[in-house]
Amino acid sequence: MPEQPIVHPYIPNTIPEIRAEMLAAVGATDVEDLYEEIPERLRLRRPLDVPPALRSEAQLVREVGGLLERNRSTRELLSFLGAGCYEHQVPAVCDEINGRAEFLTAYAGEPYEDHGRFQALFEYGSMMGELLDMDVVNVPVYDGFQAAATALRMAARVTGRTRLLLTDAIGRDKRSKIADYCAPDLVLETVPFDQASGELDRQALAALLRDDVAAVYVEQPNHLGVVETGLAEAVEAAHRVGALAVVSVDPSTLGVLAPPASVGADIACGDIQPLGIHQHFGGGHGGFIASADDPRIVMQYPSRLFGIAPTCVAGEYGFGDVAYERTSFALREEGHEWVGTAAALWGITAGVYLALMGPQGMRELGESEMARTRYAMGRLAALPGVRIPFERSHHVQEFVADFSETGRTVADVNRALLERGILGGADLSAQFPTLGQAALYAVTEVRAQADIDRLAVALGEVLA
Amino acid sequence: MSAPDEARATVGGSAASGAAEPRAGVPDAIAPKPFPRRFHQASWDEPVIFELSTPGARGVLLPPLEPAIRAAVGDPAAALPAGVGRARPPQLPELAQLHVLRHYDRLSQENLGVDLDIDVGQGTCTMKYSPKVNEGLVRSHKLAELHPLQDPSTVQGILELMWRLERFLAEISGMDRVTLQPAAGSQAIWTNVAMIRAYHAARGEAATRDEVVTTIFSHPSNAAAAKVAGYRVITLYPDPETGHPSLDALRAAVSERTAALLVTNPEDTGIFNPDIDAFVRLVHEAGGLAAYDQANANGILGITRARDAGFDLCHFNLHKTFSTPHGSGGPAAGACGVTADLGPFLPAPTIERVADGTFTLDHDRPQSVGKMRPWYGVAPNLVRAYAWIRSLGPDGLRAVAETAVLNNNYLLAKVLEIEGASAPYAVGKRRIEQVRYSWQALAEATDVHSEELGVRMADFGTHYWTSHHPFVVPEPMTLEPTESYSKADLDEYAAMLREVAREARETPETVHSAPHASTIHQIDPSWFDDPERWAVTWRAYLRKHGGRGAAETGRAAPGVSASHAADA
Repeated sequence: MPEQPIVHPYIPNTIPEIRAEMLAAVGATDVEDLYEEIPERLRLRRPLDVPPALRSEAQLVREVGGLLERNRSTRELLSFLGAGCYEHQVPAVCDEINGRAEFLTAYAGEPYEDHGRFQALFEYGSMMGELLDMDVVNVPVYDGFQAAATALRMAARVTGRTRLLLTDAIGRDKRSKIADYCAPDLVLETVPFDQASGELDRQALAALLRDDVAAVYVEQPNHLGVVETGLAEAVEAAHRVGALAVVSVDPSTLGVLAPPASVGADIACGDIQPLGIHQHFGGGHGGFIASADDPRIVMQYPSRLFGIAPTCVAGEYGFGDVAYERTSFALREEGHEWVGTAAALWGITAGVYLALMGPQGMRELGESEMARTRYAMGRLAALPGVRIPFERSHHVQEFVADFSETGRTVADVNRALLERGILGGADLSAQFPTLGQAALYAVTEVRAQADIDRLAVALGEVLA
Repeated sequence: MSAPDEARATVGGSAASGAAEPRAGVPDAIAPKPFPRRFHQASWDEPVIFELSTPGARGVLLPPLEPAIRAAVGDPAAALPAGVGRARPPQLPELAQLHVLRHYDRLSQENLGVDLDIDVGQGTCTMKYSPKVNEGLVRSHKLAELHPLQDPSTVQGILELMWRLERFLAEISGMDRVTLQPAAGSQAIWTNVAMIRAYHAARGEAATRDEVVTTIFSHPSNAAAAKVAGYRVITLYPDPETGHPSLDALRAAVSERTAALLVTNPEDTGIFNPDIDAFVRLVHEAGGLAAYDQANANGILGITRARDAGFDLCHFNLHKTFSTPHGSGGPAAGACGVTADLGPFLPAPTIERVADGTFTLDHDRPQSVGKMRPWYGVAPNLVRAYAWIRSLGPDGLRAVAETAVLNNNYLLAKVLEIEGASAPYAVGKRRIEQVRYSWQALAEATDVHSEELGVRMADFGTHYWTSHHPFVVPEPMTLEPTESYSKADLDEYAAMLREVAREARETPETVHSAPHASTIHQIDPSWFDDPERWAVTWRAYLRKHGGRGAAETGRAAPGVSASHAADA
């Protein structure tokens, strides 16, 4: 049987007759004619060396699904990992909406044929604004790392200064990102945290503050899981020298923690992954930047800002780009930083999440996490040799456990936990050597008492 | 007679027999459908979600706190000091679950995507079909519920998939190493710029090499990312005849201060610069690097490769060429390819296959530019891109490129038949995968402008995007008919354009006052640039405008579109 040309389901014009008809219509005899502008010396004259096609869906699912089958998910393993990516309850409606073809497969339509995504993203920003108590929230950037790096660049532009003071209680990957992003023209300095409380060392901050500081950057809670109870004083100290206060906050904690704006923070930033988005092996992030509606700051956003406006029909809402002329879309290199495809669908999803949760849900989320986390701290502190260094500080959903006195490394402990089907806390020992053999345990609202008890029993066995 | 029967009798006109009578005025045959089709988008007149709030309503509940936990720890939230704990609850809306779902389902219906329209009008963005089979794969808990810090032994499947995808992209680009870490195309550009900076710094030339050369038809993020990195940006403009910058223009721009050339090819005009290898050589001779923005790779898969033209770095947009859905503007995914010389500067960690055949993450890379984003990449989109390549194989990838180019040249011929449309530069030459058209002749004849034509297209169930600023091509329109569209789709799209252009000539007010069949009507754009009136959140709207019903109404300024942008 002679081989038939393959008509590919994703490529309708591979039907031979149609292909011939279209070639004739453009005056070509062969598709090679269409590549006549590419010189022969640049042509690849062999097939690409990639595996042959898996033409059917059955073959494809067997191959790709088979690869993924080899992973063990946090549904199969009991996870206490966090450190910037969290296992929270993801309401089914969040997945339903971000799977809607109209949102999933749209891109950059205008406010007319894509009214829906403009309104959904305006509402996302509006609900984040309520959570943050701020009037301006951007269309999401890539992630919380980018949000922090851009917020700091915004502060540098607002103040015309170049020194940035960063808390040392920050994830090392995030600091690496900020350093790379700000390296060309800004200077980063570190403010240590108090080794007893885990909170920002405010005296050290005071010593570093001068009138050349553009911004003080603090996290709430910080990377060690500790609530910064002196945030108001830090913000005030920054303001005294004319610096801005940039505060990164986990939005899922804002049912119980005061929003940074309430203590005078100028720019809030963070990651929306905790708001109805799965962990996705770290591929579910989106970043928010928020501020007061002060044109001095608004005009420094590189991101898109969607605003509401009237239309020519009474009572109808329209949406569009606010102050578009500040962006790189409008001005290329004369715009602020750049704007491009980032994380809109996660923004829509986070909006759905906040609408489902409401004020009561956000409050209960924070209360539940604080209680579960405190309970887990108590269970671990009772184990011989395990120390909870910041036990007296406030925590929402993460805490540090120090295994130094057990004579075991975190890596060692985690290996033994994994044999019992448990993912122990993130290993901080390389990144925070002063904390010893420390691990960062995350306890979200989905960790039941039985899960925490199981961890405590397993740790007891491992450390025995 | 029950009420429904009564109604039917009235409609049918004959209660006695039960057989309906012909309706007056309706012809006794179904006529052929008009072409292009009639359309009206969903228009729910949906309030903003805060207006749907009912105090006390709940959309979702949480696992209740076990009494033993409460007994052991009390209520730690209540123990937060004043000023640290939240004093007033956030004013979020309160809705039952169905009402949240319904609201967002309605909004989704007021949106168009590749799954619904003939989405060839979003040029430079490579709007193609995102196969549904891949959606099922990424929604499995075997991907969705993986934490990035899990022990590598528990995530061997995804690590192997990413490792293999890197090799596929290395083969497609000809490069030695690939990173999948960038979150999107613009961040991939930034990643390349960061590696360029690190490369020159390692050679002690960071201070002296302070210029980057790009072209006006390369994506604006090339210029913008270079600027953020501290470079002076030199932008080359096209030769009026060929449409690409001349070698002489480049020669004049390049010097010992040149850090790099950042260039797209084919550029956003769809014109392939045949001297591209000479461009790269010239930059190399001056000691600079050459980075290839392969956002426009869809027409050249398996045809020509970045490395074969001499490039040191390149990047792909996996949400464009490699089919991952655009998500209303992300999440996207970028991938950078580099030569072995640039390998040490790749973002950390890299994925390595070790002696026993397992996969690890290598964080020990002292010359690395560091982290571009959290973790390792946008994993769901990496799985989609991997599955897409596997579903096509070498022949299928070739068919993608060839069909995208055939579709583009076919649509080019159809558009050029429309009075008032043109394709500036390289007249009579073949284009690769897209064309930047001009409606200048139509605009001069009718005073109807390209942005208005694009808005009027919404009334036919699609749209088009003009182009990135500045409008070097006057009255621009950029169309990219990827391999996903059939000949019938392209004929229909061309018919819509022809119809809208006819209206511009014959009934221009129809176009000026568009849209007429969209979700909403003309917006007053003046609010968006006025700090006194703009409102980026509902709370700002309430503060500035006093709440519902206070919105000013009035006809928008003619000829002014409310939005200017593509997310591209």
